[in-house]
Amino acid sequence: MTATSPTRSRPFPGLNVERRYRLVYKPAVFLASLMPIGWIASHLLGWFGFLPAVDPVKFLELEFGQTALNFILLTLMITPVRQLAGLTHLPRLRRMLGLFAFFYAALHFTVYVVLDLDLDWHMVGADIIKRPYITVGFTALLLLIPLAVTSTQRMMRRLGKRWAKLHRLVYLIAILGVWHYYWQVKLDVREPLLYAGILALLLGYRVVRSLRKRTPRPATTRPGGMTPHTVAAACDEIGTKVGTSSWYSS
Amino acid sequence: MAARIPRIAPSEITPPEAYFNRRAFLTGALAAGAGAALGRAAAAIVPAQSGAPLTYTIDAAESVEALVHAPGQNEKPNTWEQITHYNNYYEFGTGKSDPAEYAGQLQTRPWNVIVDGEAEVTGNFPLEEFLNPYALEERIYRFRCVEAWSMVIPWVGFPLATLLKRFKPTSRAKYVAFQTLYRPSQMPGQRLDILQWPYREGLRIDEAMNPLAFMVVGLYGRVLPNQSGAPLRLIVPWKYGFKGIKAIVRITFTENQPATTWSQAAPDEYGFYANVNPNVPHPRWSQATERRIGNPFFHERQPTLMFNGYANEVASLYKGMDLHRYF
Repeated sequence: MTATSPTRSRPFPGLNVERRYRLVYKPAVFLASLMPIGWIASHLLGWFGFLPAVDPVKFLELEFGQTALNFILLTLMITPVRQLAGLTHLPRLRRMLGLFAFFYAALHFTVYVVLDLDLDWHMVGADIIKRPYITVGFTALLLLIPLAVTSTQRMMRRLGKRWAKLHRLVYLIAILGVWHYYWQVKLDVREPLLYAGILALLLGYRVVRSLRKRTPRPATTRPGGMTPHTVAAACDEIGTKVGTSSWYSS
Repeated sequence: MAARIPRIAPSEITPPEAYFNRRAFLTGALAAGAGAALGRAAAAIVPAQSGAPLTYTIDAAESVEALVHAPGQNEKPNTWEQITHYNNYYEFGTGKSDPAEYAGQLQTRPWNVIVDGEAEVTGNFPLEEFLNPYALEERIYRFRCVEAWSMVIPWVGFPLATLLKRFKPTSRAKYVAFQTLYRPSQMPGQRLDILQWPYREGLRIDEAMNPLAFMVVGLYGRVLPNQSGAPLRLIVPWKYGFKGIKAIVRITFTENQPATTWSQAAPDEYGFYANVNPNVPHPRWSQATERRIGNPFFHERQPTLMFNGYANEVASLYKGMDLHRYF
């Protein structure tokens, strides 16, 4: 039950954690994160027997937007999965997933400005000001920028504790993103509600954890298994990633 | 028992260029004297099979076709593929490709249309009998969806006005209401509570009598495919697409304004009139421009025209009305 113990059987026995992530997991996740591009291109160009999208611009817009949202939710799943499954080093993948979220959100916005609105900046401006769902989505995109810019090792060191605070913005971004999705749907809100449900679970998990931590409890090991070196890790409730944390080092 | 309606292979579809050349050829044939027979034979022969060829008069269409002209607009009709694979038809699902995927299971024969309400002639008519008196014609109309995309579509059908006159609406008939088939076993979208089923639409009687209002049984010279609203649908080209109710089974003349599905679902977003109007935005998006499906990738957008470019024909219907209020 305890998190990674040296004796536990694990894949790639010849590699230490550092190398497993660097040589195997990260490249695999990187390639997997590019898969949506292949899928979208297949639908656009009619590869692999897919019918080409009749309305390619709307198709690109929706797919890129939804993919961005998927990646934001994935970054928010890292902490719960790490804690519940005892995968101590999982957060090493988070930066890449976060940057992919930004990448797809930027593509989403680019398609909207270049292909949907034909680079009519007047319309872009009017939309952002007058259309609440676009205001919300645009805000989420803007907030992603500082997170992407400060995602480097150097910025983490430079910002220290403020880095973690800054990166808590991801909660707000996720809420704005799902809200943006919900608000633009004409009528059938089942899918946006699914996203809202998943987000509520992910945020609710953190709230419950932090509340439970605040109430004093007997000094016994929690079920689920806390080992001394993961105690420090528990500090990341509500996303407080400690700047000096080694999870990002790689 | 239920024979599946064969889907039309793309290779069987006449490409738009050839289609419109063929039409020019037929027009020539009409001028040469073969027209009378073709025109008469055209009346009301609507085969049951989706995609089967239709015969119809060409000459009546020529006058209407002039209506499509609007400066600065791409007037090239969309392809069969585009028109039949990008549909809002929530009875088959809310995705744009759902209707093409799931509408094949709908049995469009036998089919009856009930006519009731404030009219002298009412009854329950088998479709064949219902359509019998009408000569079919082709009309190429702009189609503007409330979602701000648009197409140009060559419909085949007959004017709604000629249909309504046959039932002799009384002086109390101020509106005409339409209802779609309710058959969840073949319309999977109706198993979800997305809209209040069956779908309902309506027009003011003077709108319905306008020569542009059109009852449709065909597309591109063929029997209307199910995903486009077979066997019988409405097209009101100066209004947003959702007014064009599909798979009609009931027509009711009423004294009071009938409830319509989208205005029930979201009364602040979709009105009874739903006239295409670039000056009245949807609460969540602008209606000033539209993306014409099939336009070049980088120039999809074009301005939306008042009454979808049919202002000369229909603006007088709304004289003195506040179109911001009656949206």
